Amino acid sequence: MTRRRDRITEALWAYAFLAPLALGLGVFYLWPVLQTAYFSFTEWGAFGGHEWSGTANYVRLLHDPEVGRALTNTISYTALGLVSIPLAIVFAALLNRRMRGVGVYRTLFFLPVVTMPVAVAMVWRWLYNGDYGLINYLLSLVGIGGPNWIADPGTALFALVVIGVWSSLGYNLIIFLAGMQAIPADYYEAAALDGAGPVRQFARITLPLLSPTAFFVSVISVIGSLQLFDLVFVIAGSGASARANPAYPRLQTVVALFYDRAFVTNERGYAAAIVMVLLLIIAALTLVQFRLQRRWVHYA
Amino acid sequence: MRTFMRIGTALLAAGLTLSACSGGDDSAGESENVTLTYAVWDQNQKAAMQDLAADFTRTHPAITVDVQLTPWEGYWTKLKAAATGGAAPDVFWMNGPNFQLYAANGVIAPNAEPVDMSVYPKALVDLYTYDGKNFGLPKDMDTVGVWYNKKLFDAKKVPYPEDDWTWADFQDTAAELTDPKAGVFGTAASLSSFQEYQYDTIAQAGGFVISPDGKRSGYDDPKTVAGLKFWTDLIANKHSPDLKTMTDTVPLQLFEAGKIAMYWGGSWNAAEFTGNDYTKGKVDVAPLPRGEKQATVIHGVANVVGAKSEHPQQAWEFVKYLGSKPAAEILGKKGPIPAYAGTQTDWVKAHPDLKLQTFLDAVDYAVPYPVSKNTAAWNEAELAHLSKAWSGEQPVDQAATELAATMNNLLAKE
Repeated sequence: MTRRRDRITEALWAYAFLAPLALGLGVFYLWPVLQTAYFSFTEWGAFGGHEWSGTANYVRLLHDPEVGRALTNTISYTALGLVSIPLAIVFAALLNRRMRGVGVYRTLFFLPVVTMPVAVAMVWRWLYNGDYGLINYLLSLVGIGGPNWIADPGTALFALVVIGVWSSLGYNLIIFLAGMQAIPADYYEAAALDGAGPVRQFARITLPLLSPTAFFVSVISVIGSLQLFDLVFVIAGSGASARANPAYPRLQTVVALFYDRAFVTNERGYAAAIVMVLLLIIAALTLVQFRLQRRWVHYA
Repeated sequence: MRTFMRIGTALLAAGLTLSACSGGDDSAGESENVTLTYAVWDQNQKAAMQDLAADFTRTHPAITVDVQLTPWEGYWTKLKAAATGGAAPDVFWMNGPNFQLYAANGVIAPNAEPVDMSVYPKALVDLYTYDGKNFGLPKDMDTVGVWYNKKLFDAKKVPYPEDDWTWADFQDTAAELTDPKAGVFGTAASLSSFQEYQYDTIAQAGGFVISPDGKRSGYDDPKTVAGLKFWTDLIANKHSPDLKTMTDTVPLQLFEAGKIAMYWGGSWNAAEFTGNDYTKGKVDVAPLPRGEKQATVIHGVANVVGAKSEHPQQAWEFVKYLGSKPAAEILGKKGPIPAYAGTQTDWVKAHPDLKLQTFLDAVDYAVPYPVSKNTAAWNEAELAHLSKAWSGEQPVDQAATELAATMNNLLAKE
């Protein structure tokens, strides 16, 4: 009897500890998601008030060239951004050694993560300036005339990816570093005894045992990339001013389009439909990732 | 970790909101002291607004005014969110492109009593009239002129613009001032603010942006296209930087770096150009060149009363004061050109070295700023289509025709 009471008390305590988190999640995440799903079937006035419009928003979405473009850009950005993962593994391996000043290097790599994205984007905007930017100045020293990186449709998306990779590298690197340090040293000692060199050790021990970490990082970064907004907002702006940039058709992401429809042109129902599509894509891609992990992720 | 942080932030925000709610004041009585909120977006004018608020309190001791500055970039988003929640400020700045949206949705209140509107420029009174009713009172006004860099003119021995110059004169002058080796362009065919560029040349060419009844786009009118081609030709002839360059470095910055000789700008630029270290003493202003006719766009900000204000009477008193002659005189000493007739001389006298009278003379031939009920929707379409003409991807008449179709669709939905 007392046993059972203990168990109930214990469960109550557990729920009590979970409550703040669950409440926050419910009020600030789940409820808005459900509301947005409902609003995607409505038409909004500029100052609130909405009426049921059935699937009109989704029909419109299928015929809107901007949606297709924003999806293409977002998915290209996400795919190209995955290059951050192998880069982070390589740098993590290099930093996972005893060497002088390793703390300084780790801090340097992590700095972009703790810097405000808006500040990062502002600085990159200057670096990318076609006539007065540092990048083109350096290129001009070796006789190359660089493009207007963020105003040229041919380079704009890549310029964006570079900023994204640069700012997420440190975060991914720290996770990988933690993953590497969790691998027992005995494995490496045994491998060394059997005559495996550093490269072989990296390929046969580090990489497989790092695969759960890599899986985690890939899921997180795909979700993060698909929601890209702040960089675009600072680099290109929003609404009319963004569209003065000839490269904007290559920079516009789904969330940027959502912002324009919700807050610039006052079409919140339509904006809700756009993010519902994004939600479905994120859910689908994450599901695919979880399915595929069985093939390549080794849990030690 | 990230999720944890997010939730932590969310909870913190919730806590702040709750505490903000509990801090509300309970004053409701008529004779009690009232504090009005007054939302503005221009940092440069904040001091002048506070002076006006203080002056108003002197004659209305029971009313104090809290001037709230929200920078331009976030002003409309914030105002819209506040109005949606029924918490718009008591009094706030309104502009032409947003006016009809706010008036049609009952966010701002029509004037409580008739006021003599003949003291304000007619184009501004019309701009803030909806459904035959006046909303608020015009605060200031601005027109457009050609700011030019005298140093660059002198260096090329080009005479300064005459007051009666034409499009052809302007194009010739731009050609003479362009110096590819020095990286100097005669002018900049900016695409980022139609008020000082496209809307002016469209009117000068005899075209129109939107029909007077607000139902039809004018972008497929050949004269409107001529007004646009004026600019794309300048880019094609390399007398203006291309769109990519102007995207990276906006024309204002290029002008202030001595890379552009003639900059189409507003009367509001006077403060900027007399304060900037480079342009100080180097610039002057000429009227816009004449196309088929002489024209400039006129625009001005109005002070309006929020329809849900808890103190509508006091708010209207304050707006009436802001639209009065004494208030205009205070504004004219520091800020932009006051809208009230006869109070503009102080503004002109503030910079005797500049021909600022140009901007006042322009009021005679000024055309109203083109607006409709959801101006923001077709403003976005203007950019999306015309950027293709500006970048050379599409001929200007084709881009304009497609824009007209898109814009007509949007207007039909209003």
